[in-house]
Amino acid sequence: MDIKTHQPTVPPTPAAPAPAAPRDKRAARGATRPGDRIFLGLSRGSGIFVLALMAAIAVFLTYRASIALSENEANFFTSFEWNPSGVPPKFGVAVLAFGTVVSSIIAMAIAVPIAVGIALFITHYAPRRLGGPIAYVIDLLAAVPSIVYGLWGALVLVPHLEGLYGWLDDYLGWTGVFEWNDGAPRSLFTVGILLAIMILPIITNVSREVFRQVPRMHEEAALALGATRWEVIRMSVLPFGRSGVISASMLGLGRALGETMAVAMVLSSSFDINASLLDTGGGTFAQNIASKFNEATVTGRDALIASGLVLFVITLLVNGAARMIIARRKEYSGANA
Amino acid sequence: MAKRIDVSGLNAYYGSFLAIEDISMTVEPRSVTAFIGPSGCGKSTFLRTLNRMHEVTPGGRVEGKVLLDDENLYGSGIDPVAVRREVGMVFQRPNPFPTMSVYDNVAAGLRLNGKYKKSELDDIVEKSLKGANLWNEVKDRLNKPGSGLSGGQQQRLCIARAIAVEPNVLLMDEPCSALDPISTLAIEDLIGELKERFTIVIVTHNMQQAARVSDRTAFFNLAAVGQPGKLIEIDDTERIFSNPSVQATEDYISGRFG
Repeated sequence: MDIKTHQPTVPPTPAAPAPAAPRDKRAARGATRPGDRIFLGLSRGSGIFVLALMAAIAVFLTYRASIALSENEANFFTSFEWNPSGVPPKFGVAVLAFGTVVSSIIAMAIAVPIAVGIALFITHYAPRRLGGPIAYVIDLLAAVPSIVYGLWGALVLVPHLEGLYGWLDDYLGWTGVFEWNDGAPRSLFTVGILLAIMILPIITNVSREVFRQVPRMHEEAALALGATRWEVIRMSVLPFGRSGVISASMLGLGRALGETMAVAMVLSSSFDINASLLDTGGGTFAQNIASKFNEATVTGRDALIASGLVLFVITLLVNGAARMIIARRKEYSGANA
Repeated sequence: MAKRIDVSGLNAYYGSFLAIEDISMTVEPRSVTAFIGPSGCGKSTFLRTLNRMHEVTPGGRVEGKVLLDDENLYGSGIDPVAVRREVGMVFQRPNPFPTMSVYDNVAAGLRLNGKYKKSELDDIVEKSLKGANLWNEVKDRLNKPGSGLSGGQQQRLCIARAIAVEPNVLLMDEPCSALDPISTLAIEDLIGELKERFTIVIVTHNMQQAARVSDRTAFFNLAAVGQPGKLIEIDDTERIFSNPSVQATEDYISGRFG
């Protein structure tokens, strides 16, 4: 299958560049040996394959979504309803967008400081004998399947959160955001906590790598001025690692936005937006698709696909932002090399 | 201000490897002392024991005494952080903080040491940059990144940063080895001015430089690779370069080895 797709792309290569610039000629000469030619074909084929796959997904999502959207009687972006099988069908992604974004923000707010703390501990505080094993355990955390996190969340985390909920209600309840009406702690806040644990490893690992790359001479510059260890971190390590930590967080955010099973198992979903993060209910894109897909009608499935398209766009934007930051960082370190 | 350094019986290790053995010397205040010797002889390691930077290297360990006037830097209860605030250091490669402006680079050490009013900071920054012969070149771009300066300017910025906290001693680890001849000359002139105020110790591979800038010169050598480095002799620079008392010194400075 694969090989067939790139065979046709190979023959034009030696023929086409004949009148072109000398650089192309050299490339063509390199491709005349059979090994080179096969490898060129394989790698080019793989590259094209990925692009084609992306395009196919985008086309599929857009096509099916457009069918559903043309039948939708409610405003797709503002409606709180999800009734695509009704007559007429009415559905909107406001609740899902809110739930997805809010739970991810909670996850980030919890995970980023902890991850940065762990990364700093491993690279700058822990003795080498301790840092290695900790890093290894964090890696293991990344390998746990999300369904297992879901099980743990539903069976262990949820029953144990009532104390925390009560405490938050006592001290921060007046803000309205942390008001608790004694419902089951299966809220967006719980989802945020679980997501935080799930995205902790990736943020930790990337931050750790960035902190490890801080040039020794920058740290020594601070040390020689009489900086304590914390001051060295503040003056040399954090400024150097800032953009790396941001892109690490973006990677984590990408995962939090798309997390499905764990959210579906912990959240007691409903189609409304609560002022308090601790109120039971709410929903996320991925969780909604997972829990509704099996019983959905044809229009229902298309509506879910439309919501999937929105998630796809959000994730794309987040990744794009992360790439931009990484690219800027590259220029920056190049200028100082 | 400038203090006398008095080293006795100093050994420095990397793990179990003895890098320098049994070094004793005295460095007079308001003088420039140059350390010369072949690569690997431990002169940089020795320099780094003088502000307790050696021990930040993993496995780094020091035995012996370093007296700054009458205070032993390795005495019990001495905080290495406090030592480094008293003994400034300039490195081989210019290392201004890349994310900080010229101004913030110079003020960095002061901000560590305590609170200053904006006007006080302004004064000290200006004074330090003038002291490093850099003021005229950067006074219009104090808020631009320090990493945007030329290599020689960056090194003088690092000197300004080091002297801003008014250390008692200024250590320089091959401060000109990454610089072009004109920048080198600027730094050498600067060293001549700074010795009015500070005790200066400079490691250099450039023997002409040692002869030009220093009052006293210490020659370090090692018997063989894997053997600890030792202080062969320390004497007035003039005497070291004209009539050293040890044959190895003469061999080294006349280019017969090293």
